Amino acid sequence: MSEYIIKNGSVFDPVQGIKGDKKDIAIKDGKIADKVSSAAKVIDASGKTVMAGAVEIHAHIAGPKVNLGRIYRPEDKLFSCTPTKGMERMGGGASIPTTFKTGYEYAKMGYTTAMEAAMPPMFAKHVHEEIRDTPIIDEGAFPVFGNNWFVLEYLKNHEIENTAAYIAWLLRVTKGYAVKVVNPGGTEAWAWGLNCLSVNDPVPYFDITPAEIVKGLIEANEYLGLPHSVHIHPNNLGNPGCYETTLDTLRLAEGMKAKNKFGRESVMHLTHTQFHSYKGTNWGDFESGAKEITDYVNQNKNITIDTGNVTLDETTTMTADGPFEHHLTGLNHLKWANCDVELETCAGVVPYIYSPNISVCAIQWAIGLEIPLMMKDPMRCYITTDHPNAGPFTRYPRVIKWLMSKKARDTQINAFKHKDKVLSQTSIGSLDKELSLYELAQMTRAGPAKTLGLGHMCGGLKPGMDADVAVYNFNPDKPVANPDDIETAFSRCAHVFKSGVEVVKHGEIVGTGHKRTLWVNVKVNDNPQVMRDINEKFIKYYSMTQANYEALGHHFVPNPYALEVDATHV
Amino acid sequence: METVTITMKNPPALYLEADNVTPDVFAGKTAAQIAELHVHEGNTTSTLGKYFEVSGNAGATVADTKIVVKGDVKKVKYLGMKMSAGEMVIEGSADQYVGAWMTGGKLLAKGNVEAFAATAMRGGELIVEGNAGNYLGAAYRGDWRGMSSGKILVKGNAGSDIGMYMTGGEIVVNGNVDVHVMTHAEGGKTVIKGNTKSKLGGQLVDGTIIVFGNIETMMPGYKPNGEVELEVDGVKALFSHYIGDMGERHKKKKGAIVYGNLYKKI
Repeated sequence: MSEYIIKNGSVFDPVQGIKGDKKDIAIKDGKIADKVSSAAKVIDASGKTVMAGAVEIHAHIAGPKVNLGRIYRPEDKLFSCTPTKGMERMGGGASIPTTFKTGYEYAKMGYTTAMEAAMPPMFAKHVHEEIRDTPIIDEGAFPVFGNNWFVLEYLKNHEIENTAAYIAWLLRVTKGYAVKVVNPGGTEAWAWGLNCLSVNDPVPYFDITPAEIVKGLIEANEYLGLPHSVHIHPNNLGNPGCYETTLDTLRLAEGMKAKNKFGRESVMHLTHTQFHSYKGTNWGDFESGAKEITDYVNQNKNITIDTGNVTLDETTTMTADGPFEHHLTGLNHLKWANCDVELETCAGVVPYIYSPNISVCAIQWAIGLEIPLMMKDPMRCYITTDHPNAGPFTRYPRVIKWLMSKKARDTQINAFKHKDKVLSQTSIGSLDKELSLYELAQMTRAGPAKTLGLGHMCGGLKPGMDADVAVYNFNPDKPVANPDDIETAFSRCAHVFKSGVEVVKHGEIVGTGHKRTLWVNVKVNDNPQVMRDINEKFIKYYSMTQANYEALGHHFVPNPYALEVDATHV
Repeated sequence: METVTITMKNPPALYLEADNVTPDVFAGKTAAQIAELHVHEGNTTSTLGKYFEVSGNAGATVADTKIVVKGDVKKVKYLGMKMSAGEMVIEGSADQYVGAWMTGGKLLAKGNVEAFAATAMRGGELIVEGNAGNYLGAAYRGDWRGMSSGKILVKGNAGSDIGMYMTGGEIVVNGNVDVHVMTHAEGGKTVIKGNTKSKLGGQLVDGTIIVFGNIETMMPGYKPNGEVELEVDGVKALFSHYIGDMGERHKKKKGAIVYGNLYKKI
């Protein structure tokens, strides 16, 4: 494999504590190396910023729900198609891009790893076919567990060992990465025309509460020692006053400790926190609860969060929180699609326009920025747009601009139609903090990699780690003349390396690398009861046979990378 | 006003996508520069000059540019797409998307136009002397934003699904129309001087439909609301008034529900 040396760049690497020093980064055999031979190709990075490849912890980029959005929103592709160009295949779509465009856009912004945040287990094969067709970036997918009949039945009796055995089986057959929970119990209740809006609302028929589901899944997750923590989208998303439900959910992790060999310290990851940080009683007195949420998270070190920044775009919301999407279509009267997934989950899709002229949207924008600015430990707060729910991931450079420049935030605040309301209902106007490049590297590289249990592989530039490197046309030694220069610099990298292969040069795709599917292979002790339960559910309830369920073989996962976990000793 | 005339001399074997044929793109260009603009035939990209003879230079501004399209353009799509000002005359019949997404200016088609003419129109004027196809002034596939402003006049007949998701502006059809008129619309007005078939104003939230001829089948969601005298295009007549669609959501104004209106000449 080729050798490279990236010379004289300003390096930001939280893994090694490097804060902008001029350093050379050597790449050999796909890994970061101490040194390379004189034959190494030299990349001049003087006057540029060098970071590890960025890690996306939560986005909806592959699978039936994403594709449902693509199918029922042909207008999303209107005027957003790019023809074949050089190595790039044609692509299209603004908020729900095609698989190829998804891979290219992430790579051009310096992202080399991304997680699909909600995989319906029964449709794992579809998810993996799309992951396979998304070039360059390594990807994993989180199967959803929070409304799964097996989980509900086992946890009703607090059967942690059986839940863990089921998780291990499901991760293996779906080639899944982590335990995702979406509106625990609420999505199952939706099948009965109901919802769970607090952690104590019982799930119909199963007679279990969201609190019991979440606590049980955390216990099972730590019993197994999985790389990632439980990844949770709590109940009551997006409603005024929902911050109290969020705090109730976060409290469920109290006293729990992470147990794993991957260096992860958290036991609960709260996703798209912006959508869960609302105070007020209705859309009229709607206000930010970012302070209450970040105060709690700042004090509780076993919790990590991502932001879910509203980018003020027209986008497509999609979530396994079926009842929420039905509620949303009633608010904006735009088209709604819903898809039930038998014993496991369901999903809804509704287009949404975050208009700067609507006060609620502007306040949501402010809350999304308050959260990272109020978090004291950037290693526990990661930047996301919950793509495509709060905005397309292609807007990360703009979110970075807002976080790194108070001037850019003020410009946007002044452009809002209801500026006074934004300032009275949030504290965005009084936050002077501007994110440093080191903090940015923590929030987009080292932090998410650590929480995903990938800290040994990616998110840093330590010799021995995967050679995922991004070089930005951004000179940290010069003052920023115009905040828009930040957005431009982070939109298109000067160079990107994925596992030591140059994939982006001067903002263009020059290689497709060796894309891998990350999954977690857990060995557990034989559990005949769980195997019998699985067999029985397939015979009695599933519309497919167990033999057709598994995402198996080269067609679905052509280049797998398994993180091995041995849970047989417990 | 300067006039550019483009004349079809080498008709395409496949359909030609000519979204560059607009006063906006032509403005400020010479005939030679215009001939170099790209068009797509199937998956090949070539120049306008390969198919059309171009004569005359464009005006300095969009408003100062007039385009005359001559010859057989029955297989040419997107003529006048996104035009914002100026004038355009198509002497024969054209294919789909004539004047789609137009925001201003005046577009005259002397022959027929195929489907999707004036898709999501936001302003200006489209006059079709022949017939118009389906989805006239409608929203793009999947979209919920149809014609919002401007004026369309069709002197012949129009197809189905005209004014779908319309929110404003006016469509006048002197002849007959096919099924589905102003489906899902939330504003705007459609006047049909000839006969209509069925499903007028299905799921209409707001807006007005005026019919001079017959309605083959009324939607069940419309409620008779007496008779009213209206003056439409200088003609005074008595109309039966219906409100609806009763099966659809409606906005409230000053406490009263605002229904869509359907008028049929008595």
